[in-house]
Amino acid sequence: MNPPPLLEVNGMVKHFLIRGGLLGGITGRVRAVDDLSFTIARGETLALVGESGSGKSTVGRAVLGLTPLSGGEIWLDGTRIDQLSRARMRNLRHRMQIVFQDPFSSLNPRLSVRACLSEPLTNFGLARGSAAREARIFELLDQVQLPRAAADRLPHEFSGGQRQRIAIARALAPRPDLIICDEAVSALDVSVKAQIVNLLMDLQKELGLALLFISHDLAIVEHLTHRVAVMYLGGIVEIGPRDAVFSRPRHPYTEALLSAVPKPDPTAPRRRIVLAGDMPSPRDPPTGCRFHTRCPYAFDRCRVERPELRGDASHRFACHLDDLPSAA
Amino acid sequence: MTASQFIAASPLPEIVPQRRRHGKFVRFILQHPTIFAGLVLIGMMALIAIFAPFLGTVDPTALAPVRRLRPPSAAYWFGTDMLGRDIYSRVLYGTRVSLTVGFAVALLASGVGLAIGLVAGFVRWSDAIIMRVMDGLMSIPSILLAIALMALTRGSVRNVVIAITISEIPRVARLIRGVVLSLREEPYIEAAIACGTRAPRLILRHILPNTLAPLSVQATYICASAMITEAILSFIGAGTPPTVPSWGNIMAEGRALWQIKPSIVFFPAIFLLLTVLGVNLLGDGLRDALDPRRTLRL
Repeated sequence: MNPPPLLEVNGMVKHFLIRGGLLGGITGRVRAVDDLSFTIARGETLALVGESGSGKSTVGRAVLGLTPLSGGEIWLDGTRIDQLSRARMRNLRHRMQIVFQDPFSSLNPRLSVRACLSEPLTNFGLARGSAAREARIFELLDQVQLPRAAADRLPHEFSGGQRQRIAIARALAPRPDLIICDEAVSALDVSVKAQIVNLLMDLQKELGLALLFISHDLAIVEHLTHRVAVMYLGGIVEIGPRDAVFSRPRHPYTEALLSAVPKPDPTAPRRRIVLAGDMPSPRDPPTGCRFHTRCPYAFDRCRVERPELRGDASHRFACHLDDLPSAA
Repeated sequence: MTASQFIAASPLPEIVPQRRRHGKFVRFILQHPTIFAGLVLIGMMALIAIFAPFLGTVDPTALAPVRRLRPPSAAYWFGTDMLGRDIYSRVLYGTRVSLTVGFAVALLASGVGLAIGLVAGFVRWSDAIIMRVMDGLMSIPSILLAIALMALTRGSVRNVVIAITISEIPRVARLIRGVVLSLREEPYIEAAIACGTRAPRLILRHILPNTLAPLSVQATYICASAMITEAILSFIGAGTPPTVPSWGNIMAEGRALWQIKPSIVFFPAIFLLLTVLGVNLLGDGLRDALDPRRTLRL
């Protein structure tokens, strides 16, 4: 039998209730995440891709217990964590950390880098004593390739890329098994983005980290991930190994996303699939297949019956079509 | 297809900036003339309050019916009132009352309002209860509330401070609650929770310091409004007892003689005006300087 995966998400549901009216009754619900499942093995990168509003970030926050679930289960290394008390959850927090998108709001503007990095160390009782703590802080700064002199500075003295390094150092501080990168490089310049991506890949190799890489940037995802999960309107429409998904997408949405990735070679033949319209509101999702309102291949069955994830064990997709017409 | 573009990137971080120089406070003051002007005015008033006995004053409560209603002169700089008391001395001693009330109310209302606002903003279930009570308090005009509270007690500076504080607390609580609610959504708060930070430390270290800027601005406005409220309370006889000279008392006593001796009302009014102006200038300056859209931080 295989060892349990590091992280297993089983049928995750997260609805945000909309309250309104005189008495604050529930007037609607936003289905941010609707029946979503995936696993991440130790040392593996899973990229969660999708357009804005598809529920990617909610998944990341829910895994960390920053927002309570409406349904489903989250297992960390064989322990169910979605229903733990706050105190017991706190004891597991050192195993999962997060790096946010905006490096300007993810660091407390009033705390020096040293204070910021000490926080997880003292909270989790790691690196006891000031000498040990100091050594660990320098080690972390070395790992993210910041000079040790950075420890005494305040966040606003750094550039965006440097701040993101600080945020990564903070995430590394409690020696986690899993780091959730919530659009961690999306706000950075292209050259800085590449540095941070390479840094993350180096750290993964060095420390055996698992990464849940939430992104909308497919070029970067293809560069760093082992597996890809494509999200649309709160659900996974396709999940599989990187090469399989990128070379032979099985879901029309994946195909459309991939066709939108710019290619460095201007002479390469390109066939853009331009999707009409916007993503429907998760407050009022379409019946049947969530994607049928924009799918170029939709037929009657898609409007009525929601396709289940199917395919082989590694590459699964949620589409009634066995083969996309374009691939034939 | 895109792997090559990443390999080309330099792995070296950018240069870490130089440490800033000292003398920040002096530069900060020079860059904000309104704060400077406000501090000068308040500083002058504070000096007057502290050194009132040494500024050529006499006993402000000494009655001398013989010399009543003297015009301003070399002997009586601001003249005398209908009981022959030296108005210059009374106004200078009155500074003590006004500043005491202003600063005490600002400190007390900020402190209590901060605590209430933090609880309301942080403990979700308590929010509705606390804020409805605060709304209820706020629906009573603060001057009426203060009059009502004073009617229940004896007139004394301490009771004036308590009465005005109670009517000012809800505004601070509401402000702080709003700031806490918006801070809670900041990624660095979520990151701190993910880093295992417990609630008390989260509040002390991450939330409290970020409420101090709006709180200090609000405190200056409370200070100014408390001084005015004190004067109004004294003017209508519901504030400091007549034995304690305060600007409101002096003006109230001079009210009947306004047409023949306007100087009795004029001098305390000027002092009140300058003090409130100073506090408001400080508040406006702080508000501009602490605007989160600027990078300057105290």
